Amino acid sequence: MVTPITPPLYPLKESPSQTAGPYVHIGLTPNFCGIPGVYATDLGATMVGDNTKGERITLEGRVIDGGGNPLKDALVEIWQADADGIYKTRAEPGFSGWGRAPADGETGIFRFETIKPGRVAFPDGRLQAPHINVWIVARGINLGLNTRIYFEDEAEANAGDPVLARIEHRDRVPTLIARGGAGKYSHDIHLQGPQETVFFDI
Amino acid sequence: MKSNQTPIANFFPRDRSWHPKAYTPDYKTSVLRSPSRALIAFGNSLSETTGPAFGHDMIGPLDNDLVLNFASPGMSAIGERVIVQGRVLDERGQPVPNVLVEFWQANAGGRYRHKKDGYLAPLDPNFGGCGRTLSGDDGAFAFRTIRPGPYPWPNGPNDWRPAHIHFSVFGHGFAQRLITQMYFEGDPLIPRCPIVRTINDPKAIDQLTARLDMNASAPMDALAYRFDIVLRGSRSTLFENRLEGN
Repeated sequence: MVTPITPPLYPLKESPSQTAGPYVHIGLTPNFCGIPGVYATDLGATMVGDNTKGERITLEGRVIDGGGNPLKDALVEIWQADADGIYKTRAEPGFSGWGRAPADGETGIFRFETIKPGRVAFPDGRLQAPHINVWIVARGINLGLNTRIYFEDEAEANAGDPVLARIEHRDRVPTLIARGGAGKYSHDIHLQGPQETVFFDI
Repeated sequence: MKSNQTPIANFFPRDRSWHPKAYTPDYKTSVLRSPSRALIAFGNSLSETTGPAFGHDMIGPLDNDLVLNFASPGMSAIGERVIVQGRVLDERGQPVPNVLVEFWQANAGGRYRHKKDGYLAPLDPNFGGCGRTLSGDDGAFAFRTIRPGPYPWPNGPNDWRPAHIHFSVFGHGFAQRLITQMYFEGDPLIPRCPIVRTINDPKAIDQLTARLDMNASAPMDALAYRFDIVLRGSRSTLFENRLEGN
């Protein structure tokens, strides 16, 4: 069915992006960054509580530049469904599905303690494989990068995932799949080079 | 398990000629941090059209006052006091209510409170440099701060950043997530800055330039600048889990 769009169409342009710069941690994770006392805690630092349903997982990784060096000034945010495949779109206690982690200043490692997400339907009804949506900003990144993280131990679901199926160059699919199992996964994101991660225009 | 959550309509595609390109060699750090392969597009699913929500109960009374939120009792940050106010709108011109807006900046001398910033200008012991607020039902937001100083940065031999405030904005969908910077009307450093110049269209740069708004100023306290933020629109607006406009 065709749905009419209420005019006016496109009266405004999206605000153009600018890089997050080298000090994004001041704004988004000030306690991590040595600015205590403004906020009680850094937003998105804790995703799960004692009552969160689902399989606990740890997800660690780095964002790596074209010279092979991990970014130490990056900020990574994730957005995921809960264990039942539901995105929590209201502010309420418990698992929100959203996390934010700074890259470590020495190692560049980002780390999330979360749960493995449930499966979410694609608009055509096919089920997507369990995945985590990722957004990356840093100095030198002019517009935040969108990618996804899937799981190595979900091979059957991954094989039927409609987004992974969109990737024409099949040798690039592994750039979206975290390695590991038994609750511990690692996943490096490569901005350039032969292992360049697939980024999405969503 | 699988979800039976209702999908909502797609966002309008991002106009990537309006945004900076990833590879902008005059901004040198982008050279090794820009993806070189084509982005892969697909129609939005719930993974893109939903996003986190934040409640007013998490916002502290001084979160939107950078003049006071790091200051010792009875003290305040040094600098030209300014109020920044505007609205979060979508491309259809509709307000985007109840979304988190975060901001961070250098102090009045152009120095950040960060261990990796070694600029000559001193730290202000009463200025931290971060704040946040939620947009209201009409999309409006406001905060008080000091005007940040311009500062030199290692790119070309003598590159200076214009005075700017960094903004992080959430929409109602994760695909609306945006980080940008606000500049101040009349700053001669704006057209000279290699980061500003990653944007090709002067009208787009103009969109990031806040205007002096004397009517919103607080007499004998602070000048005011107007800065509206526009997020991607969609064929339908997700508002409190209800579909509007369909």
